[in-house]
Amino acid sequence: MSDSTRPPAEPAGAVAAPADHPDAPRGQDAGSERWSQAMRDIVGGSAAISVLAVFLALVVGAILIALTDEPVQKASGYLFARPGDMFAAVWDSVSGAYSALFQGSIYNFRRPGFAAGIRPLTETLTFATPLIAAGLGVGLAFRVGMFNIGGRGQMLIAAASAGWVAFAVDLPAGIHLIVAVLAGLVGGALWGGIVGLLKARTGAHEVIVTIMLNFVALYLVSYLLRTPGLLQEPGSSNPQTPPMKPTAVFPDLLGPTYNLHAGFLTVVAATVFVWWLLSRSNLGFQFRAVGENPNAARVAGINVQSVYVSAMLISGGLVGLAGINQVLGTVTTGFGAGIDANIGFDAITVALLGRSRPWGIFFAGVLFGAFKAGGFSMQAAEGVPIDIVLVVQSLIVLFIAAPPLVRAIFRLPTPGTKPRSRPTVVKKEVTAG
Amino acid sequence: MSTITQTVQPSQGQPALSTVVLRSWKAAIALSIFAVLGLLIFVLLGVDTQGQVSTFRLSQSRDLIQLPDLVLPTFVTAVVSSILLFAMAAWSIWITTHSRKVPLWLVVVFAVVFMIGFLTWAAAGSTIPVPGLFVGTITLSVPLIFGALGGVISERSGVVNVAIEGQLLAGAFSSAVVASITGNPYLGLVAAAIAGVLVSFVLAAFSIKYLVDQVIVGVVLNVLVIGLTSFFFSQLLSPNAAALNTPERFPRINIPLLSEIPILGPALFRQTFIVYFMYVAVAVIYFGLFHTKWGLRLRSVGEHPKAADTVGINVNGTRFWNVSLAGAIVGFGGAYFTLGSVGAFNKEMTAGLGFIALAAVIFGRWDPLKATLAALLFGFASNLQNVLSIIGSPVPSEFMLMLPYVVTIFAVAGLVGRSRPPAADGKPYIK
Repeated sequence: MSDSTRPPAEPAGAVAAPADHPDAPRGQDAGSERWSQAMRDIVGGSAAISVLAVFLALVVGAILIALTDEPVQKASGYLFARPGDMFAAVWDSVSGAYSALFQGSIYNFRRPGFAAGIRPLTETLTFATPLIAAGLGVGLAFRVGMFNIGGRGQMLIAAASAGWVAFAVDLPAGIHLIVAVLAGLVGGALWGGIVGLLKARTGAHEVIVTIMLNFVALYLVSYLLRTPGLLQEPGSSNPQTPPMKPTAVFPDLLGPTYNLHAGFLTVVAATVFVWWLLSRSNLGFQFRAVGENPNAARVAGINVQSVYVSAMLISGGLVGLAGINQVLGTVTTGFGAGIDANIGFDAITVALLGRSRPWGIFFAGVLFGAFKAGGFSMQAAEGVPIDIVLVVQSLIVLFIAAPPLVRAIFRLPTPGTKPRSRPTVVKKEVTAG
Repeated sequence: MSTITQTVQPSQGQPALSTVVLRSWKAAIALSIFAVLGLLIFVLLGVDTQGQVSTFRLSQSRDLIQLPDLVLPTFVTAVVSSILLFAMAAWSIWITTHSRKVPLWLVVVFAVVFMIGFLTWAAAGSTIPVPGLFVGTITLSVPLIFGALGGVISERSGVVNVAIEGQLLAGAFSSAVVASITGNPYLGLVAAAIAGVLVSFVLAAFSIKYLVDQVIVGVVLNVLVIGLTSFFFSQLLSPNAAALNTPERFPRINIPLLSEIPILGPALFRQTFIVYFMYVAVAVIYFGLFHTKWGLRLRSVGEHPKAADTVGINVNGTRFWNVSLAGAIVGFGGAYFTLGSVGAFNKEMTAGLGFIALAAVIFGRWDPLKATLAALLFGFASNLQNVLSIIGSPVPSEFMLMLPYVVTIFAVAGLVGRSRPPAADGKPYIK
């Protein structure tokens, strides 16, 4: 499978080869032709596809919400007698759910004033922070042709290392935070690096090794958490750590009324770093070369084995940053073995949605953070289970990955092709051979 | 880790023949590490077990043939097995220096001796029910084996199947609902297969028709199925648990005679319909894959689609239907959760087993029999944790729990090494 775990390829639409038109019309006709072509590219292009994919996914989500809603089911019993009731019930359930989703993730109109109303947006960014970090790690591994399912293990080890420094070591403010973050990065990087080393040295498949290391990390951290003197809170029998010392906690970005913490800045920095690494640095070039074709890279003189190791070190460190953000930013009152909160797996979808591009992952992370923040308020306000968010998220990724499908649903033209009404007349003679 | 020795043998008047010998030290190194590990654990950590005995119960009370309990002195067994381990490790080194391959049976014997030493040490002063160990192994392996078989078929035909988890979960969900409504577990089994096929249809359509990266589709399908089943569970199943989520379970069928075989009989032949069905499935898939026209076509499509196309095989059609078949097989595994073991559907009840099945596919090198064995190994490992946590063990339970996964990493790194997938695995075929 090593060959198949390529970074998400170019949008599949690219496969449909654009029609070649060597004899483009000239003169006056060319201007309007160009405009219509540009319009076609916009409506059929990837931005439009992304918007339509989100829209389609929300429609499917709405159908599911309406189908399982009790008032709707009741109203559907007498659909033919009073069809209006049914549609009113559908509208109630769907609009209620989605407005709760919006108000929980972006802006809450029920709160007085802008400062209180904008709070959901900061929640979104707080939820997005670890998703982006882990997504960057997974995406980086994708670019090197590796599939890092080990997010859980890398996050746990990083959280444990950073957490231990944060509550057990006394250091001046500022330095303490930096040391804790570094400890976490090293922890995550080492846990990821094991995978790269094993793959490079013995050819062990990274999918197996990362899955196994997830379990190893889980049990290791569980052991540390329930053993007095290691990670367990003194005087407690719960498998939980003591609270982090205030000197090692990410400061609040917007004051104490908001949960958004400075960890968000580390994630922005990480995104810039990954962008620089992949598109501007020598190492990043080697990463991409190996990801495209390890054999060709080897022939070109790239040390593929060391690329695997360094890629997994960096990938593990980035995923570790997600764990650090959890313990030093989001849950500072002490953590248990569930601190990873399934972010390691969510990150895979984030990386896929972002097409393994750093800024793509950043915005995908923000989008999924919004779904997470809004999902909780939707569940609380409307009783719609938060699992619907998973459905919508996965459908978005699925639709975005298959532009031809979205084009077919909305009857959009394929960019780079000509309108069907004006078939191109082949003027050239066809020569054999 | 591999060294290449070139021996040139010039002889009189004849052209020089050169032979290239590839020496792999991986197996020898792995065995040596485990031998040292064994010494550390069984002997050094087990010094205080002197005078204690470990009991292995070989029969259950309702067995026809009653075997006496096997009582081993803990420390002596630990020392003996440690010596044996070192002897075998030394032999493997000797074999390697003589440029021969370490035979597989040596590795297997090594593993068995290691296991005996480990169990004896862990069970110091208590009793291990050996038949129970095997019964639990089969119980935990069934979904893994179905998942691995589906993975093998799908990947052999050239479509990476990361969606095993989703197919299992879909199978579990639909079989629970259908078996609850109809009261018939066999209909539930059919529903599970259909659900698995539906997930496969999406996988096949997106990866074959829309040429989306197959790993992406697989991962996303997992999330989609988790989301859908959890959503329906919260909205529909838990409010109407009596009507929708109390499936009729398969009755246990004892096969006469065979079920009375000591030690293994209860594990293999006192099982439900699904398990017997699984035995048949393993055999049929193995035979079909390597000895029939269907299998040849399937493998050719996965290895070299262009060549297959040239001789007139419909590549994408073959892939589509075989991925669907794989979905049906994985779906059966999902039904085992609700109709065989647990008895009701629950959110995310497959708990990542689909990924372990994927690991079994790779560990088993895309071969149905080896993948089945790998799945059994994982099942044994997770069952061992349960047994050991019941009898209580001398080291923290977390480390016992960790051991199978560490062993797997060592095994993958040291013994399996670079596993080679089907050549066209994961690559869409564009005519």
